[in-house]
Amino acid sequence: MTMLPQTTAKKLGLVIDLDTCVGCHACATSCKQWNDAGHSAPLTDTDPYGAAPDGVWFNRVHSYEVQTAHGSKTVNFPKSCLHCDNAPCVTVCPTGASFKRVEDGIVLVDADKCIGCKLCSWACPYGAREYDATDGVMKKCTLCVDRIYNENLDAAARVPACVAACPTGARSFGDLGDPASGVSALVRARGGYDLMPEQGCAPVNQYLPPRAVTPLVQQPLSRHAGGIESALLRWIDRVLS
Amino acid sequence: MSAPADHPASSVDTAPEIADDIKTTTCYMCACRCGIRVHLKNGAVRHIDGNPAHPVNRGVICAKGASGIMQQHSPARLTKPLLRVGPRGAGEFREIEWSEALDIAATWLGDIRRRAPRELAFFSGRDQSQSFTGWWAQQFGTVNYAAHGGFCSVNMAAAGLYSIGGSFWEFGEPDWTHTRYFLLFGVAEDHASNPIKIGLGQLKSRPDAKFVSVNPVRTGYSAIADEWVGIRPGTDGLFVAALINELLAADKVDWASLARYTNAAWLVIDEPGTATHGLIARDAHDQPLCVDARTGALVSAGSADLEPRFVGRVELADGRHAAPAFEGFARRFLDPQFEPAAVAARCGIEAGTIRRIAAEIAEVAFERTVTLDIPWTDAWGRHHAQMTGRPVSMHAMRGISAHANGFHTCRLIHALQMLLGTIDVPGGFRYKPPFPRPIPPAGSPATGSAPGQPLTRMPLGFPRGPEYLLTDADGTPERLDHAFSWEYPLALHGMLHTVIHNAWKGDPYPIDTLFLYMANMAWNSSMDIPATIRQLTDRREDGEYRIPHLIYSDAYYSETVPYADLVLPDTTYLERWDCISLLDRPISDANGAADAIRQPVLTPDRDVRPFQDVLLELGARLHLPGMTNDDGTPRYPGGYSDYLRHHVRANDVGPLAGWRGADGGATFRGAANEDQLERYIEHGCFFRAALPPSLRYFRHSNQPYLEYAQQAGWIGAAQHIPLELYSETLQKFRLAAEGHGELQPPDALRARIATNFDPLPLWQPLAPDDSTFPLHALTQRPMHMYHSWGSQNAWLRQLTTRNALYVHPDTARRAGLADGDWTWIISASGRVKAQIKTMHGVNPDTVWTWNAIGKRSGAWGLAPDAPEARQGFLLNHLIPIHVGATGRASVNADPLTGQAAWFDLKVRLEKCGVDEPEVSAPVFATLPARGPARTAVLRRGLALKGEPTGREAREHHEYLGGSAQAGDDEEAS
Repeated sequence: MTMLPQTTAKKLGLVIDLDTCVGCHACATSCKQWNDAGHSAPLTDTDPYGAAPDGVWFNRVHSYEVQTAHGSKTVNFPKSCLHCDNAPCVTVCPTGASFKRVEDGIVLVDADKCIGCKLCSWACPYGAREYDATDGVMKKCTLCVDRIYNENLDAAARVPACVAACPTGARSFGDLGDPASGVSALVRARGGYDLMPEQGCAPVNQYLPPRAVTPLVQQPLSRHAGGIESALLRWIDRVLS
Repeated sequence: MSAPADHPASSVDTAPEIADDIKTTTCYMCACRCGIRVHLKNGAVRHIDGNPAHPVNRGVICAKGASGIMQQHSPARLTKPLLRVGPRGAGEFREIEWSEALDIAATWLGDIRRRAPRELAFFSGRDQSQSFTGWWAQQFGTVNYAAHGGFCSVNMAAAGLYSIGGSFWEFGEPDWTHTRYFLLFGVAEDHASNPIKIGLGQLKSRPDAKFVSVNPVRTGYSAIADEWVGIRPGTDGLFVAALINELLAADKVDWASLARYTNAAWLVIDEPGTATHGLIARDAHDQPLCVDARTGALVSAGSADLEPRFVGRVELADGRHAAPAFEGFARRFLDPQFEPAAVAARCGIEAGTIRRIAAEIAEVAFERTVTLDIPWTDAWGRHHAQMTGRPVSMHAMRGISAHANGFHTCRLIHALQMLLGTIDVPGGFRYKPPFPRPIPPAGSPATGSAPGQPLTRMPLGFPRGPEYLLTDADGTPERLDHAFSWEYPLALHGMLHTVIHNAWKGDPYPIDTLFLYMANMAWNSSMDIPATIRQLTDRREDGEYRIPHLIYSDAYYSETVPYADLVLPDTTYLERWDCISLLDRPISDANGAADAIRQPVLTPDRDVRPFQDVLLELGARLHLPGMTNDDGTPRYPGGYSDYLRHHVRANDVGPLAGWRGADGGATFRGAANEDQLERYIEHGCFFRAALPPSLRYFRHSNQPYLEYAQQAGWIGAAQHIPLELYSETLQKFRLAAEGHGELQPPDALRARIATNFDPLPLWQPLAPDDSTFPLHALTQRPMHMYHSWGSQNAWLRQLTTRNALYVHPDTARRAGLADGDWTWIISASGRVKAQIKTMHGVNPDTVWTWNAIGKRSGAWGLAPDAPEARQGFLLNHLIPIHVGATGRASVNADPLTGQAAWFDLKVRLEKCGVDEPEVSAPVFATLPARGPARTAVLRRGLALKGEPTGREAREHHEYLGGSAQAGDDEEAS
């Protein structure tokens, strides 16, 4: 068992707008690319050109349909570690390899302590952990801890790779523990919610639901009767009047 | 318990070293041409991200772009020139040196050029250097040149260029910043990848904007639409006609815009059966005539204070009769057949929905106008203090263009735009420079290949009447692909989809060499693949191949490589110079003209050469004019970069618009600049000339803009470009078909020409419903593979290694199918076996799948038993190259433009028997493996992980989605 910090100074995390995500996988491959040479390098791929290609991905996009009161809807759902306040993946860890950072709340794995027992992946209700069988250790989203503070990058790039990539702007990043932050305001404005709150994980990452669409008009256009003949008369009159 | 204190902050390296060099270039993972930054470490690519300064992508990157590095690891990369040693298709090659490869090619091509240059058919696929490859074909002297537009989007381009002087996608874009109603028609996932996604993100963040997607399939963009209209394929034109009907019946028309900016009020001669019927009535100065609504007199359409009549037949001075073009338009579309209730069943859209959408469009166009405080001057010299627009925008792509009625469907969309007054106005559709161009643009297709001679102009152009067609006296096409003949008069982009068949058949004449670049014609780029393969391998009685020589250039071991006699291996996009030129498919946005280059970021580790370098060397060996100095030495010994720097065309225009002139101070026009490429590299490998705000709208009629465009060399004269609701150009072809003029179509084609060359937008129903094949079958590429070569990409293929046929649950039930069942997909010309998945977000009369996931076993460096080959499948086998009667003009294509009608496919489903193996069919013989052994494990990044630099952690900064992508649109408001 590993202890979680009582509180963290910040709650860095993502806000993902499901009303804007088109399911393009830009976040997924940008994540793959960055992290393949990042904190948990490499994100191993096995049988990459063969019959059963597989690999370690910190961020995956699922597309599916849901039934709503207004009929079915297609949802594109990007999923990565939610950096939970009550992270069960940390408390279940027998070696202390899984931990939540006091300073920013990011949940990480210390590869040197990980014994590859996979208890954390069983404990995570979101299925967000990624086992690298080649290395024999568990890996996961680092919230690009090696980008967001890294002065070796230009300032604009110091955000998670998935966020910088997202073409539709469906991903935001900031301190969700600070009620004055832009991301907190965004969550309030758009009714952001916890994924699977019944699990009690208190995820930091938030999802934004579809916006309500209000009708632009109440009535169809009122048609003039009489077809083309009436229109010709009308239009001759119009220009002459 | 382990305490959190076990992990002090210092145990995590937050500041590793990232890159020792960053180079900018232009992505080529699809056709979108985003700016990228390649972060290099020890000469290897650590990662690639979007260039924040770049006008196309503004820092974002897509799934393909971020996977570009895996192209460098692909086992499918060709490594050396290849000469075929076995029979065609067997994939048996001998590796040869470049000197031998070039000797062979120069021998074949030299013989052809001395004998009959048109016996070379030179066609490129996803070529982004068409102003160069077309010029090369011109210098060689063959008319048989085109790129892939004929099977992609020529209906969009042609209908736009012949209606509004610009078109969707590359030549225009919605006014993302100001639009309040956006209608997206049939856009295949990710065409114009990042600009559309950035724009949709902007729209979704604005509460005053509505996004409606008209598409048979609800995936990707359609999934986030505020309203999805699941239309039946091929009926978009009918839907638009119903919107027009509804707007006309309610007088919801922008009369002022029609009068000022279009030819709607121009008088059209109404003397059926005569040689001038349907032409525009003109005065003695050749100016179009209108009727002045105040006086009833005939007046020139060019007068500044014109207030014309839109209806009413009049007598001309010479006694002929005429009526405003609009009257014919209104007569057609006020017909009861276009009332919403009459089209609902056929479109698969409820009449109430059509009526509501028409009302919403009218509400936004006429009640929610957008006004920008930007003064401007119109083509009549009048100054305006503001720019007011009707903020309804539209965009359309493959779903419209890939039908045999695509040209007129697209013209209908443009007609709707004209009716609403939304062309190049705030909130509407906007041109991207160098558009708009005159309607149609200047330049006609080249004719007259002669031994040893170049063509007098570029091979492709814009016919303005029958006299510009390429046919001989009896109507036989001059071009191998039959483009610009009476069969396909407006085949502006050529017809790549007919080339192999016609070369095999010798129709209209045999050729010697087929030279293909980046076109997978033995697989997913051809209709009826088995027939195509037969044609490529068929022999004459004397044992020679009916297509005697086939040269192919590509970077990868595609399904087409085994059919080539000579393979010229290309580089990847990270290993080459390239030019995204204003002369062909620029990267401009509505607010500025732009172009770009690629620079070599990596050095090839294989014996490969950039295709453009090879073309220049071949040109020099063949002593082609333009590529050879007077003393016989090569004009561009430094290859393509040498050409980019030094090549100059008429009016001091060159491949690149930026930093021209000896000192680099000239824009658009100027002498060559020795340091031009260095300037591009210093500026992120692109150039952009922002338009002043007063030049950003109404550009068909914005005098200072027209003068700017003339000075830039984009248009011949700074003259108002009237938009063509009525196309006199089309009517000229129709008149010929009706027996007028010296040049007339063959009798067999008269009716076809007369019907299709309707000067007004036309709803053309596709083939009538057939209970044998009741379902429409469509394809689209997944966004992460759109326009890309993704199947050998280790990351992208993990996202999609196989495809299913998507079927509405009700449709599946009727066919006795359940989710996961295997089915035969049967068309009139073949059958394909596939597994189905049910989904609700699809028109019930439609089935669809992801295209080009299915691969031929053994190709692309994949294992022979890869899912792409075992469970992946193509619908191409079901799509015939020819439909209807055999003989002339029977290509499965739009009858005006020759655009391949991929989406006219109709099928039925038959559940597979329990004893049939769960493997897709048809199965083609496995191609022999090429290239290195497939690696079992990829751990690319391990060697690239950065060492700690010990730099202190910087404060994190917040990022709100979309904040980084805002362009300079706001300058305009």
